[in-house]
Amino acid sequence: MSTDQNPAHETGRAGEGRADKGRVLVVDDDAALAEMLSLVLRNEGFDPIWCAHGDKALDTYRDARPDLVLLDLMLPGKDGVAICREIRAESLVPIVMLTAKSDTIDVVAGLEAGADDYVAKPFKAKELIARIKTRLRRSPEEVDQEMLRIGDLVINVDGHTVKRNGSPIQLTPLEFDLLLALARRPWQVFSREVLLEQVWGYRHAADTRLVNVHVQRLRSKIERDPEHPEIVVTVRGIGYKAGEPT
Amino acid sequence: MSNLPSLTAGSRRWWRFPVEWWWQSLPLRVISSVFGASVVVLVLGGFLLMRQASIGVMEAKWDSASIEARQALDTAQQQLNSADLTGDPNPDKKLTELALGFANRSGGADQYDVIIISGGQTITAGDVSPASIPATLRDQVAGSDDLLMTPTEVVYRDDTPTVAGLAAGSALTLPGTGRYEIYFIFPLTQQVNILTVLQAAVVTTGAILVVLLTFIAALVARQVVVPIRAARRAAESLASGNLDDRMKVRGRDDLARLATSMNYMASELQKQISQLEELSRVQQRFVSDVSHELRTPLTTVRMAAEVLYETRDDFDPIAARSAELLQTELDRFEALLTDLLEISRFDAGAAVLSLSQVDLRDIVRRVVEASAQLAESSGSQIRIQAPEPGVAEVDARRIERVLRNLLVNAIEHGEGRPIDILLEADDHAVAVAVRDHGVGFEAGQARQVFIRFWRADPARARTVGGTGLGLAIAMEDANLHKGWLTAWGRPGMGAQFRLTVPRTAGGVIESSPLPLVPRDLVLPALPLGEGTVPTPPLEPIRSTSGPTASASPSPTSADEPVVPATSAGPGVDPPTSPSPSDAAGAAR
Repeated sequence: MSTDQNPAHETGRAGEGRADKGRVLVVDDDAALAEMLSLVLRNEGFDPIWCAHGDKALDTYRDARPDLVLLDLMLPGKDGVAICREIRAESLVPIVMLTAKSDTIDVVAGLEAGADDYVAKPFKAKELIARIKTRLRRSPEEVDQEMLRIGDLVINVDGHTVKRNGSPIQLTPLEFDLLLALARRPWQVFSREVLLEQVWGYRHAADTRLVNVHVQRLRSKIERDPEHPEIVVTVRGIGYKAGEPT
Repeated sequence: MSNLPSLTAGSRRWWRFPVEWWWQSLPLRVISSVFGASVVVLVLGGFLLMRQASIGVMEAKWDSASIEARQALDTAQQQLNSADLTGDPNPDKKLTELALGFANRSGGADQYDVIIISGGQTITAGDVSPASIPATLRDQVAGSDDLLMTPTEVVYRDDTPTVAGLAAGSALTLPGTGRYEIYFIFPLTQQVNILTVLQAAVVTTGAILVVLLTFIAALVARQVVVPIRAARRAAESLASGNLDDRMKVRGRDDLARLATSMNYMASELQKQISQLEELSRVQQRFVSDVSHELRTPLTTVRMAAEVLYETRDDFDPIAARSAELLQTELDRFEALLTDLLEISRFDAGAAVLSLSQVDLRDIVRRVVEASAQLAESSGSQIRIQAPEPGVAEVDARRIERVLRNLLVNAIEHGEGRPIDILLEADDHAVAVAVRDHGVGFEAGQARQVFIRFWRADPARARTVGGTGLGLAIAMEDANLHKGWLTAWGRPGMGAQFRLTVPRTAGGVIESSPLPLVPRDLVLPALPLGEGTVPTPPLEPIRSTSGPTASASPSPTSADEPVVPATSAGPGVDPPTSPSPSDAAGAAR
């Protein structure tokens, strides 16, 4: 589990020359697209692994232990949302969906199943790489032994851990980033657009459903009563802010 | 003046109600028709019946009366003949006895009364007054010895009311004494009583018959109307979407056949509608499938093109240029695909609003920021005039797309001249206008610009590479908001596109806060110096709003004090003068 949380520190594992930025599992049934993706990813220094069938996706994931999963939603066999849920059940690995239907409920279903982000087809290679890099980005240069408090939680920024009364809470890197963004500026109300920029790395306005779904997922993990959140508080009409430290 | 029509309308409404009720209710019409007809028939029938009865009764009485009078007359004559009255100084006494004898013989049953008149003397038996004898009868009796009869009014000497009666008259000849007139008065009291009773019976029977007939008519009408109403209800229910509703079929008569036909129609309709729904579903799924199927290979192609584009420096010039073209055209292809899919979503009715309270100024700002690069490359300066917030309940994504399409369109056709974005709001609506000073278009093309793939000049190349669907999609988005999207343009004077959306979702717009025709044309002085230029420059504009005013430039006396303004007017006016009148045309 903890290996997934710190993929950047395991760069030595992949032994193939340039492929030092991380291993990416591509789950897509379209061979041409998968090959093209592999070319682009390899060119960017990633180590791509391809899986074409939904039923084999989970096994491939377990064998390869990738640092990130690119997941098509429409697959032969098991569909993307189900795979997403299964992977999320056993891992915190970042999952980016590839979807041809950005306006349907598929996207929300995928996000609720645990996907961190999505890229709508047809996407540009740069866009995809930027998304992948955002999800894999770590800040090793920020050597701060900062301990932040939000609500009754203690966040160890450097150690990427969140504890309540000494017991750790498992968060995905994205959820951790989201919580951290709120905790670093407890006086500020964050609009969804600002959160999209800070946490997801979108420079232009993007789908605010990303924020809504992930705030819900985060709350379900950290709030004592997700129906009455005290840590990630909704500011009606504006966005979210951190709750008062207790 | 203005009150008059409303008054007449009010009075019309007063008598309209019963008239409408009459035409709306079939049973009412049937029942009243039957009622009216039966009243007429029964009145006529009763009248005839009464006439026949009274004629019959009267004739019988006439006959019996004449026989009786004749007998009485003969008896009287015989008595007179047998009695030796010769030399009797007082024959009247005998006559009185005679008359009383008649009266007694008739049994006091008022069968008839006798009046004997001789010379100036009148002898009566009974209560009958001599006035009961009609004058005509007396004249006739005076000249004839026959027994004559005529109807009369029987008048009594006491207060008994007059009754109809018969008067028979003749003459008695008393030997030696002379001629006496004798009259028999038969009161018809009994006959009149019979006829009165008969009349009462006829009227009662008629009234009962009318009531019964009306009731029967109501029953029959109900029998017919109930199934018809059921059919109507079924049709209405069908029309309101309850396609499973059917009528009950009872028996095999016409009404049952009506029900069968209705049900057949309903099932046919249901079949057609479900077919259409199925088609729509197929269409939507097809669009969705096309989306997925096209997008995946397009992604591959696009990434491949990017790789080629990135490494074009290593190619020979032909291959390098090809890689560039591939890249740019793929952008266009993708935009076209996106727009096509969006249009098909509208056509399939699958487009829905996701509403939120948004300040349209923020959207304008975002759109301008996003298009800044494009505007810069074409040299157009974008100026925003949004003095107040324009908060409305809209789908921000769609409004942003509308404004982006309008702005990109303005940049594309703006020929590098400044572009103004105006935002204004009132209580009901928020309006955003995008004004360019580019090539413009013909007044008649204000609607055509929203047609899919429409081009003002087919030969003209697209510089920005718009898909030709942007304005059509913008129109669909505006319609989805129940808003307005209108265009104004003149060749060489640029164009203005105005979006008006209601402040609350589902609200109805009656007017837009912004005019259709650009303000800089209607009020040319305003942009020069904001509030510092007061009314004078407005005057000539108002005077030109009349179609003849621009043709005859003779200034009115009121304008003379501001000669500088009016003299400056003609230089500015020519472009403005057509606009107000044209605006009316465009607004139509």
